[in-house]
Amino acid sequence: MPTRTNRPAAGTGATRNFNAMSETKYEAVIGLETHVQIKTRSKMFTSVAHRFAEPPNTLTDAVVWALPGVLPVLNFEAIRKTIELGLMLGCKIPEVTKWDRKNYFYPDSPKNYQLSQYDMPLCLGGSVEIELPAANRSEMGEHRNVKLTRIHLEEDVGKLTHFAHDSLVDYNRAGTPLMEIVSEPDMHSSAEVFAYLTSLKNTISAAGISDCDMEKGQMRCDVNVSVREFGSEKLGVKVEMKNLNSISNVRNCIDYEIRRQIDCLKKGIALVQQTRRYDAQSGTTQPMRTKEDAHDYRYFPDPDLMPCKISGELLSSIRAKLPELPFDRQRRYMNDLGLPYSAASVLCADSALCGYFEAAAAAYPKNPKAIANMVVNDLLRELSASEVSEKSCADSFEREGHVPTSEKLAGCRLTPENLASLVKVVDAGTISKQMAKEVFVEMFASGESAESIVEKRGLKQNSNSDELEKFCIEAIKGNGKAVEQFKGGNEKAINALIGPVMKASKGKANPGLVLEILKKIIGGLQ
Amino acid sequence: MSEEVFYKSISELEKMLDSRQISAVELAKAFIDRKNAVDSKVGAFISSNEGELLESARKSDERRAAGGKLSELDGIPVGLKDLLAVRGQKLTCASRMLENYVSPYTGTAMKKLENAGALFWGRLNMDEFAMGSSCENSALQTTRNPWDLSRIPGGSSGGSAAAVSAGECAASLGSDTGGSIRQPASLCGVVGVKPTYGLVSRFGLAAFASSLDQIGPFARSVRDAAVVLKHIAGYDRLDSTSANVPVDDYPARLSPDAFAGKKAGVPKEYFSSGMDPEVRVIVEKAVEKCGELGAEIVEVSLPHTDLAIPVYYIIATAEASSNLARYDGIRYTHRSSKAGDVVDVYFKSRAEGFGEEVKRRIILGSYVLSSGYYDAYYLRAQKVRTLIRRDFENAFESVDVILAPTSPTTAFKAGEKSSDPLSMYLSDIFTINVNLAGLPGLSLPCGFASDGMPVGLQMIGKTFDESNLLSYAYAYEQACGWNRCNPKL
Repeated sequence: MPTRTNRPAAGTGATRNFNAMSETKYEAVIGLETHVQIKTRSKMFTSVAHRFAEPPNTLTDAVVWALPGVLPVLNFEAIRKTIELGLMLGCKIPEVTKWDRKNYFYPDSPKNYQLSQYDMPLCLGGSVEIELPAANRSEMGEHRNVKLTRIHLEEDVGKLTHFAHDSLVDYNRAGTPLMEIVSEPDMHSSAEVFAYLTSLKNTISAAGISDCDMEKGQMRCDVNVSVREFGSEKLGVKVEMKNLNSISNVRNCIDYEIRRQIDCLKKGIALVQQTRRYDAQSGTTQPMRTKEDAHDYRYFPDPDLMPCKISGELLSSIRAKLPELPFDRQRRYMNDLGLPYSAASVLCADSALCGYFEAAAAAYPKNPKAIANMVVNDLLRELSASEVSEKSCADSFEREGHVPTSEKLAGCRLTPENLASLVKVVDAGTISKQMAKEVFVEMFASGESAESIVEKRGLKQNSNSDELEKFCIEAIKGNGKAVEQFKGGNEKAINALIGPVMKASKGKANPGLVLEILKKIIGGLQ
Repeated sequence: MSEEVFYKSISELEKMLDSRQISAVELAKAFIDRKNAVDSKVGAFISSNEGELLESARKSDERRAAGGKLSELDGIPVGLKDLLAVRGQKLTCASRMLENYVSPYTGTAMKKLENAGALFWGRLNMDEFAMGSSCENSALQTTRNPWDLSRIPGGSSGGSAAAVSAGECAASLGSDTGGSIRQPASLCGVVGVKPTYGLVSRFGLAAFASSLDQIGPFARSVRDAAVVLKHIAGYDRLDSTSANVPVDDYPARLSPDAFAGKKAGVPKEYFSSGMDPEVRVIVEKAVEKCGELGAEIVEVSLPHTDLAIPVYYIIATAEASSNLARYDGIRYTHRSSKAGDVVDVYFKSRAEGFGEEVKRRIILGSYVLSSGYYDAYYLRAQKVRTLIRRDFENAFESVDVILAPTSPTTAFKAGEKSSDPLSMYLSDIFTINVNLAGLPGLSLPCGFASDGMPVGLQMIGKTFDESNLLSYAYAYEQACGWNRCNPKL
């Protein structure tokens, strides 16, 4: 099985190594076609809305049903959002784009052709920056760019449900704007593919183009895998796996397929170009169809839609409002704000969280690091308290199916400004970091400000040295053994003295000051 | 010339309605009676909606009584080719495939007519999915030419032409992909207009070949056609190929002196050897008449004319093969009762639901789009289409209008060509170019052959120059009056 912890050494060649059969002389070459549903008010070619989980066939109209006489009308917002992603990923946006019909018969496609883009897509070229996993989670892994071929816009199809004797079709999804992001065969392991999908998802959701929830079918992939001998320039025989709808399926499917293909090559069995189906139950792939019985889609330009000119004004208006790329943001957090990689990477995997963090940091610009820590640790912990335990927040796919952070934050009583005020009172020495944890929980529940909770509960830290000195003397008297141990060189033994002081001060003693006083008194005793 | 109310022009009927000589309900009844009297012979109607017509006529009378006439079309019964969508009405495309289909929405051109107060009257026969030139490809109805019931009315909008010719409705709408309005208009002795591509919205027109289809009117006079066209034309957001151009008040711009100082081109390629000699003489006479009316007649050349038929049968069938894919037995069409699995549903439903000519064109269209053939056929045809368009652009640099025959023959006998698709295809030889070039064209009566069958003169205009085109036709019609002849039924 693959090991994600194998940290790649520097250099591109080495990144190809951490896969199944890594000891062999073969390397895998992987390309992805990723479909992403675009968040728009209406469908791609008609005004009816698209949403997930509505009663079947309620989000339909004459155009969706492909009744006689209907015509498509372009959704400008979907075009704008696709261009936006293209510009974020450094694609070239050709001046003219057009729509083509992809003809095939299947009941999920009401017209029996899909409106797509064949030879004049909206975006050409570009790349996706990815981060490979480091050996240690708290360290930043290697970054590289995965080249893109193109991004085009098309319409989604309906959904079939098969029963014993018949099948039912739901056209709610049919006609949903769908962008297809096609990568070059530029990846070599399931880990790279995972990093690629994570980066795409973070980028697309940061721009508000889609939530990319794979469980809701908002993001799906077709994976092309081939295997060749290291050093060979020629690509091996390509196998395509269609419609993988979860990240673990993508990973397992790729790992299985690479192993299978290498096995074949080793045994001298010729590989055939084919489409295979991934069976999640058995974790294997099965042949679906070979190149010979592949569809002839009879592509031709759609005569119902005119070619579309993309004006310079449109491009500059989109360019003027491009959101920051997640990895640019991560670098800014680390370089300009001094955040540790661990906090920066968690934040940058979620643009809603970044928004919250930046609002808090703006309210108290002196200590972004402490604010980031509080957001990443305390806030996320409280936000997910009602949810199933989260393995890792950096792993954005693991949170699929849960309420998105943006929604949770919208319902959160604790404002970014209040969170900043809590860091501020800690920095001012008004309360201890320990106490801050408790105050945070209360603030999160009530929405009150840090100051008012500290005030109301009389939590203000005790920094009165005279009073603390009395508590310290009492503690030393009652814990002779610990004092002796400390004197004997056991630094940790002093902690046994702090407890009683804290207890005596009802938890309000300034821990730093207590330590200082204790050391001074014990030193005096010597 | 007839005094019968059902043979009166829209302008005359409007005057009668305005002066309360007749009510809209009485007029509707007159057309219902006429239909009941002659349609068993003519067969223009696939279905009719007497109750709906009378109800909407009553509402029209109320509007007039209240002084709120919607337009000159208020209270005028207009027939619809059975591929135009009107909410609650059947839309069969004259096919078994859609025999029981009822449209849940109204298309744009029809909505505009409705808003003008026109009354929808009947669903008119056609060749199945508009594929044919004689109406013989209808799976549901046989239509005959009102001038000679042993002959075909032309096609594909044969029912729309025959219904107007026989006085079963005051005007009608058809669609023209390669001549489907002009050819039956010519063969039935009425006026038919194919507008510039993009002038009339195609939303609500069941598509045959999207880049060629246009909705247009049939009427008893050029003026009537101009009135109907004025109301259905105009930009529509729901049709991306619709043009955002202003719509002229066509009837107001009609002038009997339209030809004065204008140049009319006669394409030498159109007076070919394949043409019926009698038709040729009649059309040449009509051209001379235009000269007498002030036009300078000049010869023009459209050198790529002979490529039009092959180009058309590649482009139109390619688009049709894709447009008709939606009729699959899954949702609202005929579904074979013998079908097992999904592939079986497709094969058997389509085998049973489509007629021979439709299947022939779907197969041809699928073939020319197939991988490996696309460049040689579809792409090449598109390039030749550009050459054909340029032929017209060049010609229109020196002339204002082109005069030509509409059809190489008068209406032929039923069954005469139905077993020979190629000779049937050739009957559109003078009209197809106009669709390929996207230009406006019309046909109007210009005389009768010795067998008593009407002959049509085709006028082809510049892009979006309907106003002048209709005016030339009006000038000729005013001078000759062939349109005032009616068949004896």
